[in-house]
Amino acid sequence: MIVVRRKPLESILAFISPYRKVLLLGCGSCAAVCFAGGEKETEEVACLLPLMAADKGIDVEVRAATCQRVCDWEFVEPLLAGDDKPEAVVSFSCGAGTNLLADRLGAIRVFPGVDTLFIGATLEHGTWQEMCIGCGDCVLDRTFGICPIARCSKSILNGPCGGSKDGKCEINPETDCGWIKIVERAKALGRLEDLAATYIAPKNWASSHHGGPRRVKREDLKIAKP
Amino acid sequence: MPSLDTASKPLLSGSRLERVLRSGQFAVTAEIGPPMGCDPAVVTTKGDLLRSYADALNITDNQTAVVRLSSIAAAVLLAQRGIEPVMQMTCRDRNRIAIQSDILGAASFGIRNCLCIAGDHQSFGAAGKLKGHPGAKNVYDLDSIQLVAMLKKMRDEGVLEGGDAIEHGGPRLFIGAAWTPVKEVGDIRVLRLAKKVQAGADFIQTQGVYDIEEFKDIMARARDRGLHTRTRILAGVIVPKSAGMLRYMQSSVAGVKVPDALIQRMAGVKKDKAREEGKKISVELIQQLREIEGVSGVHIQAIEWEEAVPDIVKASGLFPRPDVEAAPSREP
Repeated sequence: MIVVRRKPLESILAFISPYRKVLLLGCGSCAAVCFAGGEKETEEVACLLPLMAADKGIDVEVRAATCQRVCDWEFVEPLLAGDDKPEAVVSFSCGAGTNLLADRLGAIRVFPGVDTLFIGATLEHGTWQEMCIGCGDCVLDRTFGICPIARCSKSILNGPCGGSKDGKCEINPETDCGWIKIVERAKALGRLEDLAATYIAPKNWASSHHGGPRRVKREDLKIAKP
Repeated sequence: MPSLDTASKPLLSGSRLERVLRSGQFAVTAEIGPPMGCDPAVVTTKGDLLRSYADALNITDNQTAVVRLSSIAAAVLLAQRGIEPVMQMTCRDRNRIAIQSDILGAASFGIRNCLCIAGDHQSFGAAGKLKGHPGAKNVYDLDSIQLVAMLKKMRDEGVLEGGDAIEHGGPRLFIGAAWTPVKEVGDIRVLRLAKKVQAGADFIQTQGVYDIEEFKDIMARARDRGLHTRTRILAGVIVPKSAGMLRYMQSSVAGVKVPDALIQRMAGVKKDKAREEGKKISVELIQQLREIEGVSGVHIQAIEWEEAVPDIVKASGLFPRPDVEAAPSREP
């Protein structure tokens, strides 16, 4: 999932203070699963914001609505139909949804209600960890399923570097060394020599964000216009 | 000393370090940390102090992620005085475009030795002693092994990483890599050394060694793979200044194993004698390292205490340094 974290309420209040009519838009997918921007969290913010605004003498009408996914326009559009348009929308989806809103909402101002953190997995209830950076050219076949780009602080493809100590990374004794994880996994699978034999060449970062904003277009999925 | 596989081949770079190693003599390099400023005298004074006591002087590249006078500029300052530098190049701060450009630039000034390292993460900031730049964006376009392979391709094929030809041939380089010679799960440190050698590391500079027994053990495993015949290994010696420094390295410096007995020995001497004891320990370490098959030299790091190096080299019987005949060089 895309892991997000809600911004402080004070920040959100500062965003919306020039506006009288605000929609808080929750996202029922990733942001809901990580308890930061789903229906429950968005409703909560909708209760608190007007009270905080009133304390500061700001009069604002706040409405909350949540759709299945903010990153799909078909789910968002019905929530913004009709003449009763908000002046501003605070999106509690990841940045993908927030960007899509900005692309489509014309005169309506769009703000982020969350910080988008990473593509991660749930380790235990309340703990998420980054597992993938979406580099566009997966190397997991050669690293026994553990990503050196996401899980090594230096994204080293032929690790571990000299900064690894007792299985931990030099940046922080709490952070596991991603490369020691890879070695342990190779060892468990009896494939250590593969690590010595496999030189991973310099990566073509053009498939990641370094090649500019990426787009996937599949002709086979295109719906013919009548 | 076993003959290197390349012994009969022409010199790769013609650097003094390469010639000393090729001649089979025990090499000595020493480290210079450039200043956090632009006074060239800091570099040249240290260079002049050490020039007779080492075959080449290794200049760190913004070590511990603290901004310092660049390794390349310091290398040029030394080269202009006839002192041979080992330029360091980290992967932290430059992408492959900048690295290759800087390598060509350094080679144009006659720099022949380059040590390829990952570089300390930008969160270091001298281990918290300085502010540093923990919010910096790092690069790591390449890792240190890819950097070694890229330099080898530039030198041997005259081709840039992307495939374009280098005008008038590639730079003559003696390519180095670092090694952390400690026990680790799956013998990964030996496997990784094998990868560095396979990628093209002509010489290896190890992290500081204090635990001779563990180092002997890991060297034996490197020899089992024949790595000592394919590269030249310079064992790292970090000159201890105090028991506190040894304790800090034991607890906090990755890749350095410090036996408790050594800390107790340092703690047992009076404070004003600690530095003398540190020199004695260094001499003893060098003597023990020399005995290990496959160790071709030492790299002495007297951090912020370069004045210690001459005494250590003399007491180790490694002075004077050999006079190796300069090879005909192709300019630049």
